[in-house]
Amino acid sequence: MKKLVEVQNLTKYFPVLGGVFSRPIGWVKAVDDVSFHIYEGETFALVGESGSGKTTCGKTVIRLIEPTKGKIIFEGKEITKLSQSEMRPLRRSMQIIFQDPYGSLNPRLPVGEIIREPLLVHNIGTKKEQEDRVVDVMKLVGLSPEYLHRYPHEFSGGQRQRIGIARAIVLNPKFIVADEPVSALDASIQAQVLNLLLDLQKKLALTYLLVAHNLAVVRHVSDRIAVTYLGKVIEVAETTELFSVPLHPYTQALLSAIPVPDPDVKRERILLQGDIPSPINPPSGCRFRTRCRFAKDICKEKEPPLIDVDGEHYVACHFVKKGKKTEYTVS
Amino acid sequence: MGNNELLLDLRNLQTYFFTDDGVVKAVDGMSFQIRKGEVLGLVGESGCGKSVASLSIIRLVDKPGKVVGGEIIFKGEDLLKKSEEEMRKIRGAEIGMIFQEPMTSLNPVYTIGNQIMEAILVHQDIGEEEAQKRSIELLKLVGIPEPERRFNQYPHELSGGMRQRAMIAMAMSSNPDLLISDEATTALDVTIQAQILELMKDLQKRTGMAVLFITHDLSLVAEMADIVAVAYTGKIVEYSDVRSVFKNPKHPYTFGLLRSVPSLVNEQRKVDLPAIEGMVPSPYHMPNGCHFHPRCPFATDVCRREMPELEEKLPSHYARCFHPVEVSKEVV
Repeated sequence: MKKLVEVQNLTKYFPVLGGVFSRPIGWVKAVDDVSFHIYEGETFALVGESGSGKTTCGKTVIRLIEPTKGKIIFEGKEITKLSQSEMRPLRRSMQIIFQDPYGSLNPRLPVGEIIREPLLVHNIGTKKEQEDRVVDVMKLVGLSPEYLHRYPHEFSGGQRQRIGIARAIVLNPKFIVADEPVSALDASIQAQVLNLLLDLQKKLALTYLLVAHNLAVVRHVSDRIAVTYLGKVIEVAETTELFSVPLHPYTQALLSAIPVPDPDVKRERILLQGDIPSPINPPSGCRFRTRCRFAKDICKEKEPPLIDVDGEHYVACHFVKKGKKTEYTVS
Repeated sequence: MGNNELLLDLRNLQTYFFTDDGVVKAVDGMSFQIRKGEVLGLVGESGCGKSVASLSIIRLVDKPGKVVGGEIIFKGEDLLKKSEEEMRKIRGAEIGMIFQEPMTSLNPVYTIGNQIMEAILVHQDIGEEEAQKRSIELLKLVGIPEPERRFNQYPHELSGGMRQRAMIAMAMSSNPDLLISDEATTALDVTIQAQILELMKDLQKRTGMAVLFITHDLSLVAEMADIVAVAYTGKIVEYSDVRSVFKNPKHPYTFGLLRSVPSLVNEQRKVDLPAIEGMVPSPYHMPNGCHFHPRCPFATDVCRREMPELEEKLPSHYARCFHPVEVSKEVV
């Protein structure tokens, strides 16, 4: 399989400003030395809780946020150091869908113009060709072309998300970052939008980087999943593998915490103690150790590297070894 | 569950909003009952009237909204007939409340301890010292570490999960008979949500209080509730014990919702989910007949003409539908 995107040691620190001169007095380590790759045509998901850095990571991959360190390789070409003008032709191939279908559409533009804007920015086609393309794309995402001249406020959340998706695919991109695309939508609308994303992936051979916290949604649409915690990727595996053999203690707790819509299922829940620590001052060594029931001295002293324990199943834990051998014991 | 004594009997509640664009019937004839020690899960999507119903019960509906009909019988008396003074004594004492965003329900300029103490002093006849002691006990009860230190902290110094714990401590301060929890874990991360749900279950078991558990998340209802009421456009469309609703949904809306949620066990991934078509109708343009008929795969002429009544379709299992779903969920 061909790698479409490769991320090496990606790091993003945001300054915490303070004092009279607004100088950095600390750093939010949003993404800290993260590496992964995304195969062509797959859906790769970044999951994690708030503050895990998953959204920052997603936006940094397409350089909507500039990385502090690390390399981003897109279609075999390093794009980390490219100037904005060098990036522009590449931006046609990489697009983003945002979480908030209310905040991400210009309220002063009619829908047709919102969807057409990327074509104008990239100067593609004549006016007539652009308008035809907009109509085609609207049909593709299930919006009636009658709505061309309506404004965003006239649409429901689900329809607005369709507009956002139409805008993302109008340039015929290869790669789309979908940042929590259904989490703001009602349950009965979520399924419609997920179906649309799956349908478009098949029709347009899209590769998705899905950023999400709802693990049932992630399980349904993703091929591979990376679990993030406090700026680190702590486990990566193929979807069914991750759900059947989660190896990192955090992944195990996270999966066990998912509520199930079945009153007969009584799950053995691993309750984590306390809260996620601040990304400004993360714990030394393994960042999960403060909430881990298996934590030992070594976890405080040394950061566990992300290693391949068995055919593309990566885990960052001192007590998970090659061949998926686990050696953790309750402390 | 508990004894059989009726605690809350909501009868045909109607709460309307009189806006410039017309009348919105946010709650339009809702009825349900909660017995002592029982957890009722009220579930529905945005605009189904679940939150307005809870605000109506504690009489906190603001203009342009107004309760225009029905009865709210709490411990045998109609809350709608109580004076504002009497309601103030009931709120926080007999009925506790926790909401989605603890940051907006807590006063940012007072310490956590101050606010819990205030709740105690208003409703109980005890001195400040005693109230402080009790506040710290409550913080301990809801699992806040170092309660003496937290007592003197301000809401912004606490994490989301800790703030929600503090809210629960406040709601529990005078041992309410009924706790209303309105999307109390929606804003929290899943591992923190699990902690708060465990806490609520534990407190409920220990104190025997009844809970009105309001959420949009079916999974949480399956986990928390004894009885489930499914709301759609201001009406209850399905009402039964939790097992019957999840195993044998009778209303096509409940049936559709349950089927459209991605599963954690299903073998079939990356295939189309059986979605419910269309969307919730605008409150200004409610369809005639059954409000769900434009989205319903089983709709016929009678559904377009008449609003069905909430009727018993199975023993103690009610649904508002002319063509209740016949097959069980597993078959389809």
